[in-house]
Amino acid sequence: MPEPPETDDLSARVIRVIAQTQRISAESISLDSTFEELKIDSLDGINIIFGLENEFGINIPDEGVQNMRSIRETVEGVRKLVQEKSEPVPPGAS
Amino acid sequence: MTGLGLVCALGNTVAECWRRLAAGESRIAPLRDPGSPPYKFQKGAEAWDFQPLEHFTEKELDMLERFAQLAVVAAREAVAQSGLKFQGELADKTAIVTGSSVGGQFAEEEGYKRLYKENSPRVGPLTIPRTMSNAGASRISLEFGIQGPAYTVSTACSSSNHALGQAFWMVRAGQVAAAIAGGSEAVFAEGLLRAWEAMRVVSPDVCRPFSADRKGLSLGEGGGMLVLENWDDARARGAEILGEIIGFGMSSDAHHITQPCVEGPAKAMRWALQDAGISPDQVGYINAHGTGTPTNDVIETEAIRCVFKKADALLVSSTKSMHGHTLGAAGAIEAIATVLALKHGLVPPTANFTTPDPACNLDIVPNEARPARFDIAVSNTFAFGGLNATLIMKAT
Repeated sequence: MPEPPETDDLSARVIRVIAQTQRISAESISLDSTFEELKIDSLDGINIIFGLENEFGINIPDEGVQNMRSIRETVEGVRKLVQEKSEPVPPGAS
Repeated sequence: MTGLGLVCALGNTVAECWRRLAAGESRIAPLRDPGSPPYKFQKGAEAWDFQPLEHFTEKELDMLERFAQLAVVAAREAVAQSGLKFQGELADKTAIVTGSSVGGQFAEEEGYKRLYKENSPRVGPLTIPRTMSNAGASRISLEFGIQGPAYTVSTACSSSNHALGQAFWMVRAGQVAAAIAGGSEAVFAEGLLRAWEAMRVVSPDVCRPFSADRKGLSLGEGGGMLVLENWDDARARGAEILGEIIGFGMSSDAHHITQPCVEGPAKAMRWALQDAGISPDQVGYINAHGTGTPTNDVIETEAIRCVFKKADALLVSSTKSMHGHTLGAAGAIEAIATVLALKHGLVPPTANFTTPDPACNLDIVPNEARPARFDIAVSNTFAFGGLNATLIMKAT
């Protein structure tokens, strides 16, 4: 599977949700930004998760949240959940 | 008292509000959102001039419900006037006690809309910190770095009188050196307005306390905060002392969940006088609970006559006729009106008065403020649930 481009439509949408939630400009956020740099605390984090769930129509489980410690990890976590949502369940899978 | 802060229908500062109180100007007016279908009452006392973005960033507003915004803005004004800096030991020795009847309603109602109207199971994650009744107290603590006792009292319409009374007792007992105390309420949320509509106690017109043609209360929103501090400390640092709280009394009716009775309010006033160590004859002015409901004003008149044998010499007014009934904020806003009346030697009137009611035969200072010199004044609040609280203040 080819590597996803550095910034694509999905990552732009994730960044937009984070920007809207944090009331900052999307331009100030890059994939390499850390939550600390963006002053995102734990309460901001759950607010962002809420925004992402609404934006993409996904449910982000608690264990998934723990793996989203940076913008890049958040984008990849969302990408995985979006792909799982769109893939048909293989026969025999439980 | 060394600091006062006030935001309500009458204005965004103590000075603006006092100007209107002194002018007898009622700010009960048509609601900005009349409801759909329209509420049975169409008037209220919104904090008309309050612009949240003048005081907070958008990010801060995401976290702060209107009732908490009003508490914080009032606290800022009170603290600024007091000149206190909460550094070192004072940060630990300062209390914050706020009153709120219902806390944050808007986020809660938004959550219910999502759940029950839009069938979405996702409710905003800031709903809990936004709605909690202590949101204002907590934000004040964060903003000023105050680390002493901080809590919120919720006793319906007596909330902030109870808050002030508790803070007063803590300061007087030496448990803390200073306190920021008062209350706030933001009532103009659709579900809450429908609930008040169903209670059938809101006037379809404006509230007319003690007037024979009164038809109920007018809802209002606002925040009032007072800085209380130890008398000697305040004197020693050269602070302007605006007035003194000298007594507090509280009682419960044990009678009925919404119907008032005479004995409960009378006990609160009597015990406050005992706490202050003064006789009833020393009181010159009572800022009445005076909701403008048919029952309250008669019961309060009887309770006042029961306690004050020379009640005909008293001036009694309800400033709710101007700033509305602000529920959990009422005690704080009216305590500020009372201390300003003492300070200026001017009793704010009972506005909107038209016709005397023989059952409310006190001098209720109809429609026009009255110059009067007196040293001691009383502020009453009586809550649904039969919870009564009376503060007594002295001029300095």
